[in-house]
Amino acid sequence: MTEPVLSVRNLQVEFASRRGTLRAIDGVSFDIAKGEVLGVVGESGAGKSVTGLSVIGLIDPPGRIAGGEIHLAGLRIDNLPPEDMRRIRGKRIGMIFQDPLTSLNPLYKVGDQIVETIRTHLNLSERAARRRAIDLLAEVGIPAPEKRIDGYPHEFSGGMRQRVVIALAICAEPELIIADEPTTALDVSVQAQIISLIKRLGRDHGTAVMLVTHDMGVIAETSDRVAVMYAGRVAEIGPVQDVVRNPLHPYAKGLMGAIPTLAGDDKRLVQIPGSMPRLSAIPRGCSFNPRCAPAFDRCRVEKPEPLSRGTQSVACHLYDSVPAETAA
Amino acid sequence: MLAFTLRRAIQAIGVMIAVGIISFSMFRFAGDPVNQMVGMDTSGAERAAIRKSLGLDDPVIVQFGRYVGNAAQFKFGVSYQFRLPVSNLLMERMPATLELAICATIFAMISGILMGVYSALRRDSWLSHIFQAVSLIGISLPTFLIGILMIYLFSVTLGWLPSFGRGDVVHIGWWTTGLLTLSGLKALIMPSITLGLFQMTLIMRLVRAEMLEVLRTDYIRFARARGLSTRAIHFGHALRNTLVPVITVAGLQFGSVIAFAIITETVFQWPGMGLLFVQAVQNVDIPIMAAYLMMVSLIFVTINLVVDILYTIVDPRLRSTVSRAH
Repeated sequence: MTEPVLSVRNLQVEFASRRGTLRAIDGVSFDIAKGEVLGVVGESGAGKSVTGLSVIGLIDPPGRIAGGEIHLAGLRIDNLPPEDMRRIRGKRIGMIFQDPLTSLNPLYKVGDQIVETIRTHLNLSERAARRRAIDLLAEVGIPAPEKRIDGYPHEFSGGMRQRVVIALAICAEPELIIADEPTTALDVSVQAQIISLIKRLGRDHGTAVMLVTHDMGVIAETSDRVAVMYAGRVAEIGPVQDVVRNPLHPYAKGLMGAIPTLAGDDKRLVQIPGSMPRLSAIPRGCSFNPRCAPAFDRCRVEKPEPLSRGTQSVACHLYDSVPAETAA
Repeated sequence: MLAFTLRRAIQAIGVMIAVGIISFSMFRFAGDPVNQMVGMDTSGAERAAIRKSLGLDDPVIVQFGRYVGNAAQFKFGVSYQFRLPVSNLLMERMPATLELAICATIFAMISGILMGVYSALRRDSWLSHIFQAVSLIGISLPTFLIGILMIYLFSVTLGWLPSFGRGDVVHIGWWTTGLLTLSGLKALIMPSITLGLFQMTLIMRLVRAEMLEVLRTDYIRFARARGLSTRAIHFGHALRNTLVPVITVAGLQFGSVIAFAIITETVFQWPGMGLLFVQAVQNVDIPIMAAYLMMVSLIFVTINLVVDILYTIVDPRLRSTVSRAH
């Protein structure tokens, strides 16, 4: 296999607070290959967004990357000087945020914002950059781009603004796009369009995509692989069909059981009892153990490490037949 | 856009008429104007004649109409103490006040914005803490005290700057300016700082607060995710968004700068409208007081109008909502 575009190893992110250090991300590892879409799913506060932000280097104090490594096509980027990291942002990693209504500066024409970004990263004349901006707007599906380029953000609808945001994220042909809940703020009908746009762009340009969302439907539709996060850790990761059809981790099982089907069997959706722990009160052992029905003694004392099970990888003691003493 | 401007202009005229009523009523409540004008030994018949010639026997509404009509043509009657038309006196004094107010505002804007931006971007540096302390002094110390302290330091002790007056002025038509001579410029320094200090601290605090607010917004975060340089983010994106409220405040404050000039002009014996007003108060020179009131309100109202229009230039969102609303 060729080198993955993004490789995250044992990432740890901490936030210093008055009550001590809170660990938002605790040992997250995953890879994304060229042209692959990795869906990252989990409840609010599971650490999905923080993972995305640490990859692009936008974790603000009091947060900091406390451990682990992030590699972009072989280059270690988690410890780069700020100026070098800035040059990677927007050029090699594009990012799409949740709310297109607030992502654009309201005082500048969308074209000026695109041209500004293009010229920051590519050595193009004002004119060439503008032509490229028009092409980009056309590519993301904005009608009459040569006219719309001189519009202000407030003159665009939510879906159209998200298209502009996507155009901004891809304007320097990045190898990786991080999409942080790109459809959450949009109408359902627009969501599907945006999702297929991101998917198409990823396919056409061979871009790797990290798609952060809490919407399993979106993941099932777009992603090649999915990572299920819980309380700052990856509970399970694997090809999307396998994880959806045959989830291994009890939490993933609960999540998949909570997806409503159109088939219409009127049984109640499965509910996971309780709620995710706060960062300041993560239980000992497996962080999911208080909500986990099959949890046993070991789950309450020892953190589970990821185990390979076929195409999937799961962090759960249920799948570990080897006694803890001999497991390295 | 035009309809918006027109509507605002009509509102402004309404305000001016209200001010006209107040300033007109000053004549009626501050004693009989005829008594102010004539000596003790004037006969009743002569008084009646003056009264008639001044139109003081007409119904109030007619008198008010005449007053407003005259005021609209910048005719404010004759000063009791100088025996000269008030409008001439005001015109003669206005350049001094406007020059002072403009210099004070420019000083306040430039230093206020610079200090505000710096203390927002480098929140924990020692210089930011000094700026914060200075702004506290600027807000809490009264203007006249700062003026007097500066005179004591720079005029009396060090002898660097003149303590009063405008220095040499150059006449350009009816306008007089102190900006073209060295002594005129030197004379401007201390009054401008004194007058502008309060606005400066206000602008600095406003810019700092706004800038911190803007730096937290999503579009700044997205600008960072686009890899723009820190410079472009701070000065291209954040500062421009910060300036919208700053323009309002600075604009509206320009009116109070002119109004507050009364104190600064008194401290520095600056030959402007404020000093004229203070002398008028001491001598119960109603026509000057009334005219000054009208002038200052006119400036306030005009500035308000200009600020509203400027707003729409800086913020495109208002441009379209304004035109859509009509």
